[in-house]
Amino acid sequence: MAKPMTTELQAPVKDMRVQEALREALRYEMARDDRVFVMGEDVALFGGAYGVTRGLMHEFGEKRVLDTPISEAALVGLAVGAAINGMRPVVEIQFCDLLPLAMDQLASHAARYHYMTGGRVNVPMVVRNKFATRPGGGPSHSSCNHGAFIHFPGLKIIMPTTPADAKGLLLAAIRDPNPVLCFESHHLYGQRGPVPEGDYTVPIGVAALRREGQDLTIVTCGGMVLKADAAADALKEKGIGIEIVDLRSLAPLDKNTILQSVAKTKRALVLDEGPMVGGISAEIAALIQENLFSELKGPVVRLAAQPIPPPHSPPLVDAMIPDVDQVVDAVMRLAEGGRPT
Amino acid sequence: MLDTAKRKDMLRQMVLVRAFEEKLDELYQRKAMFGSTHSYRGQEAIAVGVCSALQPKDLIASYHRGTGHLIAKGADLYLLLCECMGRADGYSQGRGGKMHMGDMGFGFLGNTGTVGGTVPTATGAALAAKIRGSDEVVVSFFGDGAANQGVVHEAMNLAGIWKLPVIYVCENNHYAMTVSLEKSVAIKRLSERAQAYGFDGKTIDGNDVEAVYEAARAAVEKGRKSGGATLLECVTYRWDGHFGGDPGTGYRSKEEIEAWKQKCPIKRLKGKLLQEKNLTEQEFDKISAAVYAEVDEVAKRAEASPLPKKEVDLSSIYATEEARHG
Repeated sequence: MAKPMTTELQAPVKDMRVQEALREALRYEMARDDRVFVMGEDVALFGGAYGVTRGLMHEFGEKRVLDTPISEAALVGLAVGAAINGMRPVVEIQFCDLLPLAMDQLASHAARYHYMTGGRVNVPMVVRNKFATRPGGGPSHSSCNHGAFIHFPGLKIIMPTTPADAKGLLLAAIRDPNPVLCFESHHLYGQRGPVPEGDYTVPIGVAALRREGQDLTIVTCGGMVLKADAAADALKEKGIGIEIVDLRSLAPLDKNTILQSVAKTKRALVLDEGPMVGGISAEIAALIQENLFSELKGPVVRLAAQPIPPPHSPPLVDAMIPDVDQVVDAVMRLAEGGRPT
Repeated sequence: MLDTAKRKDMLRQMVLVRAFEEKLDELYQRKAMFGSTHSYRGQEAIAVGVCSALQPKDLIASYHRGTGHLIAKGADLYLLLCECMGRADGYSQGRGGKMHMGDMGFGFLGNTGTVGGTVPTATGAALAAKIRGSDEVVVSFFGDGAANQGVVHEAMNLAGIWKLPVIYVCENNHYAMTVSLEKSVAIKRLSERAQAYGFDGKTIDGNDVEAVYEAARAAVEKGRKSGGATLLECVTYRWDGHFGGDPGTGYRSKEEIEAWKQKCPIKRLKGKLLQEKNLTEQEFDKISAAVYAEVDEVAKRAEASPLPKKEVDLSSIYATEEARHG
């Protein structure tokens, strides 16, 4: 059984990268709760394709850190069964592109068991995956399909940006009594930052204000937070104050933080690395307009991926995903009262 | 060798499973049930034989044709029937219907309508037992149709390499909805596949409840002693169509159906007990009458019970605390 949780709020911090922060969460919870185990391709001996699980097998043994064959659907499916039978599995899927292999287990099993059994069964499990559209990944190794999963009530979806959030959100996810999908951006793995030591959780479903400003809100998530931040720096020089809402969780969605920010700035740009069509940007744009239409000083603008499969070559990738200049340009047009082209 | 009391109990349970199925059909025909039925008539020996070899701590995962498994594992008939009928009192409060339930209170991991979808659920529950070092075994019920799903292969392979305490019970009733086994696989015995996963596979007469029990008992014992998984292919036949609206005759001959009805698992055990003079016709009639009366009484209560309110309860989507475990 789990040892009681400590509730210390002030903890000393340690500088680390996102990968290390994720590992820190896994280590902390595996030491505290012997129901937690990790499985996935290459996670044990090799330490995971991105090094997140490095050293865990040596620390916790092969029984709790399991190398697996390449069987994504069954890994997620076994996690469902293990979770129902009292464990806290954490599965690593190497690319979000491979989540569709496990879609039935995620969408029709993990997500629905709690609701469809009248609450008699629940599925406390985490599925971690790497995502991001980047040169060299190509159509099966560099998708951003996070928006597709908001269609399945019962799943929680987190997308940590900072090292502190990586630890805090993953720890919260492992403790959550529901299935949680953790989208880890390739763009962010190497980011460094302070991470509270010890028992540190970040609540799922609460967005973060990364930057405060008066003139326009950029609602974004994942690796695009970096682009939003760079654009905000450039816009500051032009006298435009940008507020950045980093969603951190896509489900549940923190509607209040989004709406409060836009109610203040009266202008909003939604920036996403995933497809614009039917994606999270569409959902947020609709949310803002449904709630704040009469207060807005201009249309809610979306910048997101072009509707093509993620390509291999750098120029093709650059053409697909919005860059910092496009963000700056869109904000300028919106600030001037125009409709971005 | 099974004692007479246990065999009589298995006989009673098979009659109960059949009586419940017939009640569902009656309710379906007069439109008192939402959705469809998936009749288990003819296959009763498998659910009863397997579950009779289990202990309460053992777990099962089921599939769309699952009422028999649930009853044999100890489900509450009223909650089960209410769920089939979309009632608020049902196992899932009317949210799931007969294909979507789960209750660890009696060791039932769950069933879903994705064919083969709960095979990994059962396998993962067995993995949990192995990691924890607890000695429950898990039964995964599925049909011959599910045998050809990719995730079933993946799960069995994992059970093989990790020596998981899981018993795969493949109910081979020869048809995946309307498509025959001959059209679906190139081998004669589905149990042969076990060899490819490195565990034992056995084909048994799925209409012989004693044979099913003995095979399940051996597999349970092996699983409990960390001996790994077993695949039991139970050859059987569903008397009725795939679902309520399917007469089951468009793809099967009347002769074939009739021949299999002669192999009725209830008739078989009853005949044996009569021959041994361990049962009389009067005694059987009494057992049968009591079972049908019980099902009738449950159905009356279920029909009088309320439907869920017309409302969307968003708080039902996420769990806020851990479900109680058995």
